[in-house]
Formats: sequence, C-alpha cells, structure tokens
Amino acid sequence: MLQINNIEVMYNNVVLVLRGISLEAKEGKITTVLGANGAGKTTTLKAISGLLRPERGDITRGNITFAGERIDSLAGFEIVKKGIVQVFEGRRVFVNLTGDENLIAGGHIEPSTAEMNRRKDMVYEYFPRIKERRNIRSGYYSGGEQQMLAIGRALMSNPKMVLLDEPSLGLAPMIVEEIFNIIKRLNEEQGVTILLVEQNATLALAYADYGYVMENGSIVMEGEAAALRNNSDIQEFYLGISEGGEKKSYRDVKTYRRRKRWLS
Amino acid sequence: MSGNMAFAIELFGQGVANGLMYSLVALGFVLIYKATDAINFAQGEFVMIAGIVISALASAAYEFPLWLALFAGLIFMVVFNIALERVVLRPLIGRPIVAIIMATIGLAFILRGIGPMVFGAAPRGLKLPIEDFPIIIGPFFFTPIQLLGAGISIIFLVIFGWFFLKTRKGIAMRAVADSHQVSGAMGINVERYFALAWVMAGIVAMLGGVLWGSASGVDTQLALVGLKVFPVVILGGLDSIIGVIVGGIIIGVAEALAAGFIDPYVGGGTKDFTPYVLMIIMLMIRPYGLLGRKLIERI
Repeated sequence: MLQINNIEVMYNNVVLVLRGISLEAKEGKITTVLGANGAGKTTTLKAISGLLRPERGDITRGNITFAGERIDSLAGFEIVKKGIVQVFEGRRVFVNLTGDENLIAGGHIEPSTAEMNRRKDMVYEYFPRIKERRNIRSGYYSGGEQQMLAIGRALMSNPKMVLLDEPSLGLAPMIVEEIFNIIKRLNEEQGVTILLVEQNATLALAYADYGYVMENGSIVMEGEAAALRNNSDIQEFYLGISEGGEKKSYRDVKTYRRRKRWLS
Repeated sequence: MSGNMAFAIELFGQGVANGLMYSLVALGFVLIYKATDAINFAQGEFVMIAGIVISALASAAYEFPLWLALFAGLIFMVVFNIALERVVLRPLIGRPIVAIIMATIGLAFILRGIGPMVFGAAPRGLKLPIEDFPIIIGPFFFTPIQLLGAGISIIFLVIFGWFFLKTRKGIAMRAVADSHQVSGAMGINVERYFALAWVMAGIVAMLGGVLWGSASGVDTQLALVGLKVFPVVILGGLDSIIGVIVGGIIIGVAEALAAGFIDPYVGGGTKDFTPYVLMIIMLMIRPYGLLGRKLIERI
C-alpha cells in the first residue's frame, strides 16, 4: 500500500538524516520500524506525511508512493486527504480544546457534518474514557487519555493508513497495553493499515506483522515480526536478552559495541 | 449626594456604551491573536484607514452615496488585510514573537503616514443618516451613535463568539492557534485560516472605523482608539471573546468615572491613563486576564 523507495532526506541542505531507505507497509497490516533515538524513525514518518518542509527538511532522492500514486511532493494537509494521517510523538493534542472539539478538528476534511458525527461516535466507542471526558479541555487529560484522544483524532479523517510515532512514550505499562490492544482492534475491525514507530521493541514486535530495524538513517534488518523476535541479534540489542537467555551485564558491553558496529 | 449618584449612574451608562465600542476594536486584535498567535499593534491604524477611506469616498471629492462608500470600505479592508497577511505577516510565521510585534508596529506608522498622503490630512466628518438627539433611557443618557455602536458591537461579538464555539470552521481556527504543525497534519489548511482571521479583523476594523469615525470625526487621531485595545484585552484575556466585552465595559466605565470625578480636581488627564493603571494591576494579579485561558502546565 505504502512504498518508500530509496529515499534520502537532508535537513538544511547539509545534514543527511536518511541514507537511502526503502520500506513497505502492506495493506491491512501493522508494520513497525524499530530503532534507537536519532536513528531516523520520526524523520521517515515526517517524510511520508509531508511535514519535512516546515522544518527545512527535503527529500533529495527517491520517492514515496501510496496506492500507486506519488505523494512525496504534497503538503501535509494534502496527504491527509489521500488517506494518511500521523499521530505525533508526545501526543500533541490541542490542549485548549475539549476532547470533543479535538475530534471535530481532526475530522476537518470530512465535508458532511452528519458523517463527521458518525465517525465521532465510532471513536467514542473505541475510547469510552474520552467520551466520558469529552467536554473537558484536553490539557487536563492524563497522558494515556491524551494518547487515546490523539489516536481518535487521527481516525476522524477516515484514514486508510495511520502513522503512529511512539505511542508508548512516557505511559504506564498498563495504559500502554490498553492502547496497543485498541490499535490492534482498529487494525482488525476497521482495516486500518498501521505504520508503527517504536523504541520499545518487545511491545512493537508483539503486535506487528512485519518489522524493520533502523540505525543511523539506514534500514539494517527487516523481516516478519515473529522471525525478528527470534533473531539473536535483535534479542541481544533490542530485547535485552543475551544468547544464554540471561539479561546482559555491563561486562559484555565491549562485545556489544563490537557486534553492533558489525551489524550496521 | 444623590446628585453625585445620579451623575455616576449617567457616567456609567456612557462608559458602557463607549466600552462596547472599544470591545469591537479589541475584537479584531483578539481574532488575529486567537488564530495566528500574532500580536497586532496596528489594529487602531486599521480602524483609522477604514475611517479615512470611507469618509473620503463619501465626501465631496468622490461623492459616493453612503451605502456604496461603506460597501467599498468593507471590500477595501478585506482586500487590504489579505494582502497584508500575505506580504508582511506570512513570511514571519515561525519567527520569534518579537519579530511580529515589531513588524506590526512598523506597519502602524506606515499606515499613519500613507493614509493622509493618499486621501488628504484634513479631518473629515463621517455622517451617518441618524438624528443627533439625546436618547434618555431611565437614568441613562445616550447619543444615537452610542446606542448604534453598542448594538453593533454586541451583535458582532455574539456572532464571533458563536463562530468560535459552535461552528466547525471556528473550532478548526482554534486548533490552528493551538498548534500550526498538528492542525496542518489534520488536513487543516493553516494558511487559509490565517487569511480568514485577518479578513475578519478587517471587517471588524471597518465597523470600528465607521462608528468611531462618526462619533469623533476622522483623521489620524482615530488610530488612538487602538491604544485602548491593550488594556481591554489584558483585562478580559487575550483570547477570550466574552473577555473582550467585559474588558471593554470595565475600561469604558473606568474612563468615564475618571473623567467625571477625578479630572475636575486634578485638571484633567486621568481619563487617558486610568485604563493603563488597571492594565498594570491586572498584569500583576492575573496575567491571563479575567476570562483568558490559563496556560495548562502538567507535571
């Protein structure tokens, strides 16, 4: 459905952030992109959703297609109309708007108010907590509620594909599980294709169908989620399990460094 | 003593009527701040330019009928503000707020120079086809233009309040004010909403120009009503439409009472600075105003 073909992204015409990455998100599947801070995960999402330009970033090589159509030269608000919507890292709800108003703003591209209200009801069905607090300014929501609202707001544009940027960031494990279960349900029941960026590899690989691993602006590994879970390098570097099945200790840091260099 | 009381009540009525006309001018400021987060120091000059254009067109030089002059003034302000937003303000998006403030201050002085240059510096009247007789309602005493001004102010404040709270476009505009980046990612065309905010501010400025122009004549002094915008919006809250009404009324009343009770003893002048005394006190005790949004800080 979404295809990134060998793109390079530069900031300010000098800083090369993505060094020719290619990836594909298949229709109706959850695809995850794993990687540490600064690997280029968020930049990849911004390249898709057309949000690079306001940050002086530019796709200098390669292209992005969605449902067979080139989308790499469209502005952010036009990408949404194509059916791709991004949920930002750190929630980024409209704090001065109530939950209900956040959803209305999210459904901005839907011309029919009746249809917009129907979608709002659907979102409330998935997120009953937001429904309870819909008339409260979202700045007063808890982190988990804000994340739910951010996802619900993205669904308001009736997307074919949702880009999720670290939805687990800064949330309690129980809330994270609740949110990921809802994401899975949305994927299965609404057929929404999902591209999930995560640092928490255990979590992402448990829910995803397919995964990519990014380091320093390149894809260093890819495969079915189940295969990645069992890959010894992934286990060691991202899941924190060493070959003997034990947790790593600082004594092994030297080998970790050496092997990691080899990996990228 | 009862004479004093009656005088105070009369001043109160005057203050409310004038205050609502301040509210109308301040509304233009708030509209732009709400949508674009820009602080516009040229709102008073917009009012002045609108007044100058309309009174010049209606004067002997051009001989437009009044309705046509008003209509032309409205179109002029809309086009003028769209152009201004496109040429001056849009390139400044994302720059520090100081850059925008300085740009609008510069704009204010340019407008003060250009207005008289194009249409002549001589003061003009702007005569609306209403009689100039006092209207007495209970203990209050108004001129027709004051009642008209107060009425129009209330109507537009209600319309804009409804727009922001109840319509999808109004909610989208508040979303834009909240975050340009995120609202863009929701499919909202941010730049179009910026333009819309400036158009609405232009319409409000045109109304202000007509009302203040016909109340006190049209020349560059008309821009001074813009200075009253700051105490009004600081008192009411920078982003609150109801706050604009409340702030306007408080400032209008404070001004009228100062003029009636304090000025005779000190020889005048307190009327002009009392609003700013209130503004500074408000900044010290409630910096976000009576009805402004408090910054939500989560820990």
